[in-house]
Amino acid sequence: MTTPLHDLTLAEASARLRDGSVSSEDLTEAALARIAATDETWHSFITVSADEARATARAIDAQRQSGAAAGVLAGIPIAVKDVIATAGIRTTAASKLLEDFVPPYDATVTTRLKNAGAVIIGKANCDEFAMGSSNENSAYGPTRNPWDPTRVPGGSSGGSATAIAGRQAYGSLGTDTGGSIRLPAAYCGVVGMKPTYGRVSRYGVIAYASSLDQVGPFGRTVEDCARMLGVIAGHDPRDSTSVDRPVPDYHAALGGDAAGLRIGVPKEYFIDGMQPAVEGAVRAALDTLGGLGATTSDVSLPHTSYAVACYYILATAEASSNLGRYDGIRYGARQAADDGLASLYRNTRALGFGPEVKRRIMLGTYALSAGYYDAYYLKAQKVRTLIRQDFDRVFADVDVLATPVAPTTAFRLAEKTSDPLAMYLVDVFTNPASLAGLPAIVVPCGRDEAGMPIGLQLIGPPFGEELVLRAAHAFEQATSWHRERPPEPAGAAA
Amino acid sequence: MNPDLDRYEGVIGLEVHAEMLTASKIFCGCSAAFGAPPNDNTCPVCLGMPGVLPVLNRRVVEFAVRAGLAIDCRIARRNRWARKNYFYPDLCKGYQISQFELPICEGGYLDIHVDETTKRVHLTRIHMEEDTGKNIHDAHGDSSLVDFNRSGVPLLEIVSEPEMSSPAEAGAYLRKLRTLVQYLGICDGNMEEGSFRCDANVSVRLRGATELGVKVEVKNMNSFRAVEKAIAFELERQADTLDDGGHLVQETRLWDADREETRSMRSKESAHDYRYFPDPDLPPIILSEDFIETIRRALPELPDARRERFVSAFGLPAYDAEVLTSRRDLAEYFEAVVAAHGNAKAASNWIMGDIIRLIHERKLDDAPIITDWPVPAANLAALIALIDEGTISGKIAKTVFEEMLTSDESPRAIVERKGLVQMSDESAIQAVIDEVLAASPDKVAEYRGGKEKLQGFFVGQVMKATGGKANPPLVNKLLMAKLKA
Ligand SMILES: [Zn+2]
Repeated sequence: MTTPLHDLTLAEASARLRDGSVSSEDLTEAALARIAATDETWHSFITVSADEARATARAIDAQRQSGAAAGVLAGIPIAVKDVIATAGIRTTAASKLLEDFVPPYDATVTTRLKNAGAVIIGKANCDEFAMGSSNENSAYGPTRNPWDPTRVPGGSSGGSATAIAGRQAYGSLGTDTGGSIRLPAAYCGVVGMKPTYGRVSRYGVIAYASSLDQVGPFGRTVEDCARMLGVIAGHDPRDSTSVDRPVPDYHAALGGDAAGLRIGVPKEYFIDGMQPAVEGAVRAALDTLGGLGATTSDVSLPHTSYAVACYYILATAEASSNLGRYDGIRYGARQAADDGLASLYRNTRALGFGPEVKRRIMLGTYALSAGYYDAYYLKAQKVRTLIRQDFDRVFADVDVLATPVAPTTAFRLAEKTSDPLAMYLVDVFTNPASLAGLPAIVVPCGRDEAGMPIGLQLIGPPFGEELVLRAAHAFEQATSWHRERPPEPAGAAA
Repeated sequence: MNPDLDRYEGVIGLEVHAEMLTASKIFCGCSAAFGAPPNDNTCPVCLGMPGVLPVLNRRVVEFAVRAGLAIDCRIARRNRWARKNYFYPDLCKGYQISQFELPICEGGYLDIHVDETTKRVHLTRIHMEEDTGKNIHDAHGDSSLVDFNRSGVPLLEIVSEPEMSSPAEAGAYLRKLRTLVQYLGICDGNMEEGSFRCDANVSVRLRGATELGVKVEVKNMNSFRAVEKAIAFELERQADTLDDGGHLVQETRLWDADREETRSMRSKESAHDYRYFPDPDLPPIILSEDFIETIRRALPELPDARRERFVSAFGLPAYDAEVLTSRRDLAEYFEAVVAAHGNAKAASNWIMGDIIRLIHERKLDDAPIITDWPVPAANLAALIALIDEGTISGKIAKTVFEEMLTSDESPRAIVERKGLVQMSDESAIQAVIDEVLAASPDKVAEYRGGKEKLQGFFVGQVMKATGGKANPPLVNKLLMAKLKA
C-alpha cells in the first residue's frame, strides 16, 4: 500500500515535487481533503484559505513546469498561526474582537514563506492573542489533541501542532512567548522549535509580549523544521529587535551523530510531583544521546523556580500595553458607546476580549502602576537578568541543555481552566529559555501509560540553533517516536 | 494689573513641543509634511495596526542632538524609549512612544533679555517622542473623525525649569527658543499650525518665599500673545484666589482665546497614571562620540553669536542686531544685502522698516524659510548704492522701491525709465528756487521778518517743482544763501 499524500513529511513531499511524481495541486488537494475530513474533530484551523491555496499551488506548478527555479518550500502546504498577519486573509488572533480583521499587509515571515513558494493552507487555531497553555482560550472553540480528543493540545500554538500531528499540513508556523511552540509540540508528539530572540522577524506578528515573542516552525521531523527555519530566519529592517547576523545552512547542521556533544542536565528541571513517565522518558533519552557519543553532566540553574513569576509579570505588563490598540476606533468589532467615549472603550473591550486576556491585561496593568512598578516590573527585570546569567554560566561548560518540556503530558479539557495558577505552572520548564531569549527545540521522546506523547527539550546558547538541531536530529535518527502517529478520528476517512 | 500681584511672584515653567522638519515620520516611511488630505500620510505602522513595529528614523536623533548641543545640554550617550500608556481616539496604539527616565538631553540653558537685563533660564530636559493624530469634531453630524496624518510626526519636547517669573520672560524664552529651532533647521516654529506648541506650568508664591505654590498647567495657547496673556491671567487669578482666602488646586486649565480666560478641564484628565515602561520594540539609543562631534561641527552660527557679530562687525545698534537675527533667513538676507553693497546701517534701516512691514503684511513669515522676498537682496543693495552715490534721494528711493515691488527691473533701470535721476545741477536748482521765491513775495517778506519756519515751505515748493528730484542738501544750501542774501 502506498503512503497517502498527507502522510508524507515535508522533505518527502518536496522530493516528490522535484521528481515530478506529484504536483503542488495534488498536495494541496490532499491537505484540504484531510482538513475537511478531520477538522470537525480537532479544530486545528480558524480559517482555511482554500481558494488562495489552490491558486498558489497552480501558479507554483506552472512555474515548475516552465523550469523556473523553485524555492525551498515551493508547492508545500503550510499552516500559519492566526496571530501572524496574512494580507487578504483574515487574521483574528483567535479573538472575537478581530473576527473580521483582514490585514492589508503580510508579516515578514509570511512574505518569506511566500517567497519560498509555500502554499498557505490556512490560519491555525490558538489561544486568544497567544495567551494560554491549552488552546482553550480561543474565541473560536478549543483545539483538541489528535492523540486523545478529550485532552488539550497545549498552547498557545495548539492548532499549529495538531495540524502537523494530524497530517493536515506538511509544516506550520507558531509563536512562542513562554513555551507556546514547545508545549504543544510535546503534547502532540511533533517537532517544534523556538529560535533565539531576534533570529526571526516579529513584524506583522500580533504582539503578546514583545520582548519574548518569537516565531518558529513545527514539523514532523527535525529536518522539516530546519528547512522552515532557514526560510523564516534572518534580519528584517522592519523589526528593530531582529538581529543582523548571517543565517547558517541549518540543513547542513544535521549530522546524524552526537559524538563529543556536551549535554547539561539541570537538576531544577526534575521536580517533585512530576509525572514519572515524563521523567523516565527524558532520562532514557539522555541515555540514548550518551550512547550516540554525547557526554552528559548535571548542572544547576539556581533561579529556575522564579521564572514563572518573573515571566507572568513581564509578559502581562507588555501585553497590557500591546493590547491597548484594540479600542474599536480604527478596526475590530466596536461596541456602541452608551455613556461617552470611555464606555465605547469599556464595551468594546469587555465584549471583545475573553476572560484570560482580560486577566492578563489587569495583571500587567497592576504591575506597571505607579507605586507597584518597582516591586513588580523592575524586580522581575532584575530576576530576568539573573536567569539569563544562570544560562550564561552553564553554557561555558556544556553545548546544550536537555530537559523535560512540562511536568506532565497533555491534560484533559477543562481540567485547569478554573485554576489559572495551575495552568501557569505548566510553563515551568519553558519560561526560563524564553526569558533568556535562547533557542530551544522539542522532539518526541516517548509516550506515557495513556499513550500520550512526551517531548524532550534541548536548549542552546544564543544563536545556537545549529547545535540544538544537530542534537535533536541525532536523537531522532536513533529513535522512532517521530514516526508514530495518532489514531484516526472517529468517522474520518483514512 | 492687580496691585495685589505685587505681593506675589510668579513661578513659570514651559513645556514646548516642536514638530521636527524631517521628511518622514519618526517610526515609518510616511511623509511628515503638513497639510495633506486627511489620512493620506498613513501606513499600517502609524495607524497602529496589529503586529506592526516601529523603526527609528535616525534623522530624529540627529535633530535632537543638534538642539541639545545648541542649548548646552548634556547629551546622554545611552538613552531609551518608553511607552506612555493611555486611551484616546487620536492615539492609535493605546500608547505613545516617548522617553521617560533616560531622555536624550538633560540640562542646558537659554539666556533671555527682558527690560535691559539678561536672565539665564535652565532647561530640565529635551526628549524625543511621536506626535498623535488629531480628532475632528462637529464636521460629521454628531460623530467625530480622526486624522492620523500627524500620528508619528517626530516631536522634541523641551522642558524648562520653573525659572521664569513674568509673562514677558515666558514670551522672551519662547521667542528665543523658536528662533533657535528655526536656526537649527529642526522646526518651522509655526504656532498657529501647531508645529510649535507650548504648555505652561504656572504658580504663585509670596515674594521671598522658597516653597513652590500649587501648580496649574495651562494648555491650548496657539500664539506668543496667547501664552503671555494666559500666563498673565493665570497669575492674577491665582493671586486673587489666595488673597480672597481661597485654595488653589493642582489642575489643567485651558486658555479660551475668545473670552481671554482660563477654564478648568475635568480633573479626571490630570489624574492619569501613564504606566511608563521601556519600549521592548526599540533598542536603547547608543550615541558615539563621533556621531555627536560630526553634528557639533555642522552646527550653524547660532543667534546669540550672530547678534554679537552684527554689533561688532557692522556697528549695528543692539536692537537692530536682535531683530535682524530673530530669524535665520532674515539675518542671511541682511548679510546678502551688505555683501553686495557695504552700507550695513542703511541695509538695516530698509530691512527693519519696509521689508519687515511687507513680510508681515504678506504673511511671508508663515513659511519656515522665506524665499519669496519682497525684493531680492541684490536689488535692495543696488537701491542703497544709488542713494549712496547721489543718483537718487532717499525720498525718490521710496518711489523706486514701490516700483521694485511689482517689477523685475533693476533699481537703476527703473530710475532711468522713469527719469528719476536726482537733480544736482546747481544752476538748474537755482533757477527753480528763483521761480518759487518770485511766486510768493509775501512769504519771502514774512521769512525775512523773522518767521524762519517758512523754510520748510520753500523746500517743499522746490521739491514739488522738480518732481522730488532735486538733491535735498543742495536745495537747502542754495535756498539759505538766497533768503539770507
Ligand atoms: Zn506611516
